[in-house]
Amino acid sequence: MARRLTFQQAINEALAQEMRRDPTVVLLGEDISGGAGSNGQQGDSWGGPLGVTKGLWTQFNDRVLDTPISESAFIGAAIGGAISGIRPVAELMFVDFMGVCFDQIFNQAAKFRYMFGGKAKTPVVIRTMYGAGIRAAAQHSQALYPIFTHIPGLKVVVPSNPYDAKGLLIQAIRDDDPVIFFEHKVLYTMEGDVPEESYTIPFGEAAYVREGNDVTIVALGRMVSMAQQAAETLAAEGIECEIVDPRTTSPLDTETIYESVEKTGRLVVVDEAYPRCGFASDVAALVAQDCFSALTAPIRMVTAPHAPVPFSPTLEDAFVPSPDRIAAAVREVVGKGAEVPA
Amino acid sequence: MTTSAPPPTIIGELGKQELLHAYRVMRTIREFEERLHIEFATGEIPGFVHLYAGEEAIAAGICANLRPDDWVGSTHRGHGHAIAKGCDVKAMMKEIYGKRDGLCKGKGGSMHIADFDQGMLGANGIVGGAPPLICGVGLMARIRGTDQVGVAFVGDGGSNQGTFLESLNLAAVWNLPVLFVVENNGYAESTSNRYHQKGIDVAKRADGFGLPGVIVDGHDFFAVYEAAREAVRRARSGGGPTLLECKVNRYYGHFEGDQQTYRAPNEVENIRQTRDCLMRFAQRVTSAGVIDQAELDEIDRDVRALIDDAVREAKAAPDPDVSDLVTDVYVAY
Repeated sequence: MARRLTFQQAINEALAQEMRRDPTVVLLGEDISGGAGSNGQQGDSWGGPLGVTKGLWTQFNDRVLDTPISESAFIGAAIGGAISGIRPVAELMFVDFMGVCFDQIFNQAAKFRYMFGGKAKTPVVIRTMYGAGIRAAAQHSQALYPIFTHIPGLKVVVPSNPYDAKGLLIQAIRDDDPVIFFEHKVLYTMEGDVPEESYTIPFGEAAYVREGNDVTIVALGRMVSMAQQAAETLAAEGIECEIVDPRTTSPLDTETIYESVEKTGRLVVVDEAYPRCGFASDVAALVAQDCFSALTAPIRMVTAPHAPVPFSPTLEDAFVPSPDRIAAAVREVVGKGAEVPA
Repeated sequence: MTTSAPPPTIIGELGKQELLHAYRVMRTIREFEERLHIEFATGEIPGFVHLYAGEEAIAAGICANLRPDDWVGSTHRGHGHAIAKGCDVKAMMKEIYGKRDGLCKGKGGSMHIADFDQGMLGANGIVGGAPPLICGVGLMARIRGTDQVGVAFVGDGGSNQGTFLESLNLAAVWNLPVLFVVENNGYAESTSNRYHQKGIDVAKRADGFGLPGVIVDGHDFFAVYEAAREAVRRARSGGGPTLLECKVNRYYGHFEGDQQTYRAPNEVENIRQTRDCLMRFAQRVTSAGVIDQAELDEIDRDVRALIDDAVREAKAAPDPDVSDLVTDVYVAY
């Protein structure tokens, strides 16, 4: 039965259900329980910096492990555990911290299966917070999924709502390949219908968030709700947007994106990541290459600027793609393309 | 507390078959590496090759204490660990030649030899790559409730990586069933440990992280075996990690083709004549009257034939098919 849950409750429930189902699922990360070794409350004092894993230590105790602030060691340990017979879910508190442990992810986890001739499997999940919007500035706010998407051997998940978050996380834990699971910190409080029972959403299957005939908007993560707001505004102007949420950037469901573009003839890609060699430029290039004849207008990318994430609220708000910028891009491509139906 | 291992007393406790096996492992590694040294010079072997010759007593002494279901994480200089852990020598040779029937289907090469069936987690092209992974093996043993042990090998160069120091700390605070084995051959590539770590014993770093550190003579199989036996016993029984520093020398360069102008004249020759692990092992077991020289000679002949066959078969083996280029990237995608 579905209830209203927040995005963060959906994540917590997915972890709890998988830990109950599979005794080899283990969580590790900085302060994911909190208070380990202290004189006060030990276990579940924090439940992660934003409380996403709160309550899990009380339920699962030894399988919820606080770590030293040593990302190389504990992310590497999660990977070493995965290849030798358990299913670790490691939390990289902010994806920005990939800088201190990336070797273990992209040279170790991502390479094992291929480099060892298909003998290895590495069922590790690295959950990580991403995104701007909480005034956390340049080193705690980036949307770095394109970097992981670039690496063969990794799977990359960027959910946009509580229902998807639960189903995709359960899929990630059961998956036999390394998965990087991106959680937008602004989405944690988002509510949605989430079934109580366990379920999975397969990777590489995009969702039609909204159907329309005039333009395809491809967006993921927090950008889906931005695109939805833009689409509401545009609907009032008589422009019908189709919103496609790929949900995973690796594998990428190009088929659904192409199907939509073949129908609408226009594409706007919305991406919170930096613009160069990013997710938006990747989708734009693929569509330009494979659906050129279907396009009736130039592709538009609405992205963050090629600049670090700023601190000042005024600047940060201008950094993140907004419904207004998305709507403006849609009007541009619609105006340049075929006649807008009255 | 850092200690230097006492003179080994172990010989009487090792049975004759175990001793013969240890010798065979060391001789196989030596023959494998010396043959690669010759073959590499012909230009027929692609890529980089880092030879383990001179350090055989470490791989053999550590792995003699391990079970097939224990795990080792290796380095770029990993042939010795792979052989000692039981990897198939012919399949290793094919892998080094980049052949389809190699241990990793020709996709890994010398720097990435792995065989999970033998608990060989892989040679590793990243210096300091293995210690975090081996912490994961320790975590696996805890979660699954087994008494398996993990061993991470690093060189003196790798012991300067953050991954190594972070892993010492993590293994200590989680009391993991692991060993960190530093093969201190005195050089990080071409840079002397007198420069890159002030020549200070790496084992002393264990004190700073709250785990035992032990220094042993890496040219002495029995010294390594005895120290490892104690460390493995401690790990298996819940006593936590150990840092074992093996002082040793490398007989060849960092990689094949290294002219080694940074080494003193006769540096290697002196070590070969005075400290060679095979020579010392043979003296020890023959003078104790446990094994005859003739038995060792027979192993030498067997091993030479094995390596001859391995090289011949590797050269004749088929290359991978180009269609293999994009297979085995994922389990499912």
